[in-house]
Amino acid sequence: MMERPLTQHIVPNREPLSAEEYEKVGGYGAVRKILGGIAPQDVTRMVKDSGLRGRGGAGFPTGLKWGFVPMGDAAPRPKYLAVNGDEMEPGTFKDRVLLEGNPHLLLEGILVVSYATQLDTAFVFLRAEYKLAAARMRQAIGEAYARGWLGKNILGSGFSLDVHVHTSAGRYICGEETGMINSLEGRRAAPRAKPPFPPVVGLWGKPTVTNNVETLCCVPSIVVNGPQWFKNLSRGDDGGTKLYGVSGKVKRPGAWELPMGTTVREILEEHAGGMRDGLSLRGFLPGGASTDFLTDAHLDVKMDFASIEKAGSRLGTGTTIVLDDETCPVGLVLNLTRFFAQESCGWCTPCREGLPWLASILSDLENGQGRASDLKILEEHTRLLGPGNTYCALAPGAMEPIASALKHFREDFERHLRGKRCPWRSAG
Amino acid sequence: MATIYVDGTPHEVEEGQNLLQACLSLGYDLPYFCWHPALHSVGACRQCAVKQFKDERDARGRIVMACMTPVADGIRISIDDPEAREFRKSVIEWLMTNHPHDCPICDEGGSCHLQDMTVMTGHAHRRFRYKKRTYRNQCLGPFLNHEMNRCIQCYRCVRFYRDYAGGRDFDVLGSRNRVYFGRHEDGVLENEFSGNLAEICPTGVFTDKTLKKHYTRKWDLQWSPSICPHCAVGCNVSPGERYGSLRCVVNRYNDAVNGYVLCDRGRFGYEYVNSEKRIRGPLARGAGENAVEAVSKGTALERIRPWISEPERVVGIGSPRASLESNFALRALVGPERFVAGMSDPELRLARRAVSILRDGPAAPPSVAEIEACDAVVVLGEDLTNSAPRLALAVRQAVRRQPTEKAARFKIPAWDAAAVAYCCQNEKGPLLVATPAPDRLDDAATWTRRAAPDDVARLGFAIAHAVCSASPAPDAMSEADRSLAEEVARALKDAKRPAVLTGVSCGSEDVLRAAANLAWALRAEGKDARLSIALPECNSMGLALMDGGSLDQAIEAVENGSAQTLVVLENDLFRRMEKTKAERLLESAQHAIAIDCVENPTTARAEIVLPAAALYEASGTVVNNEGRAQRFDRCYVAEDNIQDGWRWLIDAMSAARRSEAKDWTSLDDVRAAMTEALPALAGVAQLRVEGGKIPRQPHRYSGRTAMRAHIDMSEPTPPEDADSPLAFSMEGYSGAEPPALQPFFWSPGWNSPSAVNKHQREIGGALRGGSPGIRLIEAAPSEKIVWFEEIPQAFSRRPDEWLLVPLSRIFGGEELSVLSPAVAERVAAACIAMNPKDAEALGLKAGDEAEIRLGGTEPIRQPLADMKELPEGVAGWPSGLPGVEWVEMLSWIGRKGTD
Repeated sequence: MMERPLTQHIVPNREPLSAEEYEKVGGYGAVRKILGGIAPQDVTRMVKDSGLRGRGGAGFPTGLKWGFVPMGDAAPRPKYLAVNGDEMEPGTFKDRVLLEGNPHLLLEGILVVSYATQLDTAFVFLRAEYKLAAARMRQAIGEAYARGWLGKNILGSGFSLDVHVHTSAGRYICGEETGMINSLEGRRAAPRAKPPFPPVVGLWGKPTVTNNVETLCCVPSIVVNGPQWFKNLSRGDDGGTKLYGVSGKVKRPGAWELPMGTTVREILEEHAGGMRDGLSLRGFLPGGASTDFLTDAHLDVKMDFASIEKAGSRLGTGTTIVLDDETCPVGLVLNLTRFFAQESCGWCTPCREGLPWLASILSDLENGQGRASDLKILEEHTRLLGPGNTYCALAPGAMEPIASALKHFREDFERHLRGKRCPWRSAG
Repeated sequence: MATIYVDGTPHEVEEGQNLLQACLSLGYDLPYFCWHPALHSVGACRQCAVKQFKDERDARGRIVMACMTPVADGIRISIDDPEAREFRKSVIEWLMTNHPHDCPICDEGGSCHLQDMTVMTGHAHRRFRYKKRTYRNQCLGPFLNHEMNRCIQCYRCVRFYRDYAGGRDFDVLGSRNRVYFGRHEDGVLENEFSGNLAEICPTGVFTDKTLKKHYTRKWDLQWSPSICPHCAVGCNVSPGERYGSLRCVVNRYNDAVNGYVLCDRGRFGYEYVNSEKRIRGPLARGAGENAVEAVSKGTALERIRPWISEPERVVGIGSPRASLESNFALRALVGPERFVAGMSDPELRLARRAVSILRDGPAAPPSVAEIEACDAVVVLGEDLTNSAPRLALAVRQAVRRQPTEKAARFKIPAWDAAAVAYCCQNEKGPLLVATPAPDRLDDAATWTRRAAPDDVARLGFAIAHAVCSASPAPDAMSEADRSLAEEVARALKDAKRPAVLTGVSCGSEDVLRAAANLAWALRAEGKDARLSIALPECNSMGLALMDGGSLDQAIEAVENGSAQTLVVLENDLFRRMEKTKAERLLESAQHAIAIDCVENPTTARAEIVLPAAALYEASGTVVNNEGRAQRFDRCYVAEDNIQDGWRWLIDAMSAARRSEAKDWTSLDDVRAAMTEALPALAGVAQLRVEGGKIPRQPHRYSGRTAMRAHIDMSEPTPPEDADSPLAFSMEGYSGAEPPALQPFFWSPGWNSPSAVNKHQREIGGALRGGSPGIRLIEAAPSEKIVWFEEIPQAFSRRPDEWLLVPLSRIFGGEELSVLSPAVAERVAAACIAMNPKDAEALGLKAGDEAEIRLGGTEPIRQPLADMKELPEGVAGWPSGLPGVEWVEMLSWIGRKGTD
């Protein structure tokens, strides 16, 4: 039986475990263990050693991030945790599984990071639409306070922690860590320039850890079973298991906890059941909407950070969007570009003005009103809206599907131009 | 210093700045939008992209934003790099996808930073073929026009309005490409510095609404270097004229004074010059009620000739809103003994006290820029936002100093504006605002204290004593005030550069003394403390430095019959004494001559009225709060028989065959005589340039040959200006003019207000020729401090009487600016303000008409306003507002009555 530290206690379509039930299956064991006498720095070291990398999309080593937080008596107080549950990446629904399925696991992870970095208050920042997740999270927090897992002097250790749920006003950019911090402060959800980095100057100017929901859910098992155990769960270089998801015209779209480094083929064919009958795979966005297309040539690539990058894309959130041969790639890219244009915060020029232009061009192309010069404008933008040119990663992310579609599906763009219509739409 | 390589060329530059600032200082044309030298960097527009290379071998490099990249020794960048150029061009292309092509009908056209930057990047061909975004504009009041379709979302406006000027009723709304800059609903922009948006905005979203009513392109206006006449800060401005009417006033950069910003009174008060109340020719008044006739210059001078031929029978009343030269010419006409400074006795006493404190004590008066650089501020007794607005704005910058320095501990440079804000959140440096009435600076204050002037002074003395025990302590302080004083003293001693700001509005010499003791106490403790004293009018300080007596002296001379003729220079006596007293003075004089630019109750009672040039039409010198003597030069020659006050006085002396002015033909002659007679004014400048006169008109000035063709086909010779090295022409000297003589800022490719970049030594620093103006007051060399020992008793209220304190009002509180229609729209309702408890005890409520009695005079009726913060026992009086009679501050008014 494969180890599933993230989802082992999640049963689909059932209420999550209560605090009491969770304790009975060994829950909060990590908290007992660390409060029982592991130094905060040692907890951080365990997480460093486990090879855990952030599951929010960027893959930053989690333990390293925790290590940036100023420690000791001279450190500014209060220190904060902002848990990123603003899961708005199109095609991504993995954090929701955890939030709705086992909120106490997340709380346990929150307790571990809070102890390791000696912080005072945690905010769980949730996507506006995650109403069920918010309700379950609030319920779990209530139970945890009642049973002494949260609040003052937890387990008599002298360590205290408060946790609040904050539901977002509903912007994709709130998922960017500094956008989330601005949003929590009541400011406009525009990202911040770095430096300063949040672990040093974050929420309300204080040291702030920002971690993704899935990342924190990995943490309790590392503490309980040790870093090596966690590393061994993986089939690649990065430790642990991963919640992989698949959407698109496959037989069984869904999310599964699998060893990090499972191949694309295994995920698509064994777990998602392969393409629906009569359809074949043309390509896929491996890590959500803001990653480059890969094609059937990449089916045997391992879904881990390094391997996917080598193949020319990003692991992102690890949730794959599949493109089949009866779906127009131009239409798909148009749909994504509209989303990104809509979600631009409006702060920097290239993103605010460039993305709507591209959406208009893609719309013309899709509707058979494109011009030959449009492809050049698209191509230029994939370069001009690259990393460093824009204020944050939103626009560069938005360029990844466009750039790779132009590479892999160039002929489809040309067909739209030549035929002055979308080949996938019936004439008339 | 650091060496940076720009396209291979090494340059030595200051560290601690960003690359954009460094490149602009080096003279490179690097386009930008969101960055502004007063607002610093946020990295939003992405326009200032350059290539940065790792080392000499790196040929690829990466694009960075110059404004967000710190200068570092050995850094290698390229502005010329093809990819960087392409990116910068693309930024303009993106901005142009939504920016309308309405330059021909846009007021910004020809002075538009966006136009300049578009040309600079070379974007000329339009590829975007979709509909442009449109917005609904807002009505923002009388000062600014709003045209959001032109917006390029650089965020400068909101950063200026909220972060820099402390405004709250303006924000950025919406997101993506629907971002909107405006108010939550239509309405007047409340902030006193809103007009700066017209210059801060790099394009035509916010434009001067008063200019729109008589619009002329920037290049078609004739400009001059001038000084704002509406308070004593002495902001440098450029008035712009066409067809004999004044069209606008814009900021004229002086790093030591106004920097990049003016207040709305200064910017929009100019229209008094075009007002119907202007006196356009000499007037003679006969015996009857309406027996006023326009007379020729010759007739007027002939009429007054016998009255002034014996100087000992004449009293001259000078004016703190007239130039030194005009006042000096009056002094020459009547003789030093019979020249009065044109201020009431208490007014003059306070002004002279201010001078002696600043000149004889160890704390020098700071420039506005020096106040901005202070890091802890105490304001005693003065509502700066309303009486010296630009100083209040400087205080708002000073309170940001300590938090910014704190950010440096996180290695955040001061120019990284957003990061500094994230580090410091809403933290502010120490600021005490101790005033009788609620103050606009309260929202920026660490501590506020509402108290009667005596108690404000006592608090000042107590802080001074807590700073330095040699400074005398007030007795019987309340526990709360004592601990407040100690807390403030601690904060001041922890600061590097504390400042004490006070003023004369509330009429209390004790407050000035307390402020002096406090500043001196800080200096005694080794702090580089500054002391600024706000005076009311543009040349109050100049008059205080002259030797004239007070108005009481004039009254005495007229009433005892020793003087028969009264010459009133640019002064409305009804704004300085009770109505009955002023009437009596003008009636008692056998002959009253008024020289002024606008009709007022004084000119209405003068036998002869001579039309004076308004400040923007005149040349001369005024001295500001700082003791900075600043020259101003006429923008245009006013039509009709209008001429400078000093010139009327020379003409009068010459008509009377008096010898005092026989050699005076130009302003410089008056100046020379003045600095010889009055050593205190010895520094006043006489500037000359070699090689032709400086043109007042831009080189593109159009229609010169046609603009008078409907009157006369032949083009008239431009008037000569004997009083300055400036010409009424587009031709002339083209070198680097002394900044005090620079009529406007322009440079090839830089047509907007940003052109000032090209005239500064370093961006945001002094102009190439230095900071205009000459300081006439320097602190005494540090000798033993002579403390003020006299401390007033605590304020005790009187039964049924109230102590009058001023409610200064930026709009309406000043005589001339209120004649501008736009300013007039902003005038607050006249009232008498009281603590509601006092009102209740009188059986009055807000809105009731109160009848106010002052010793012996007619009762004055005024609606009552509740002012919760006003101390009990004092009443607030909106001095100077239209319809509000002059009352001496700190007088007691008695009850009562209601309708």
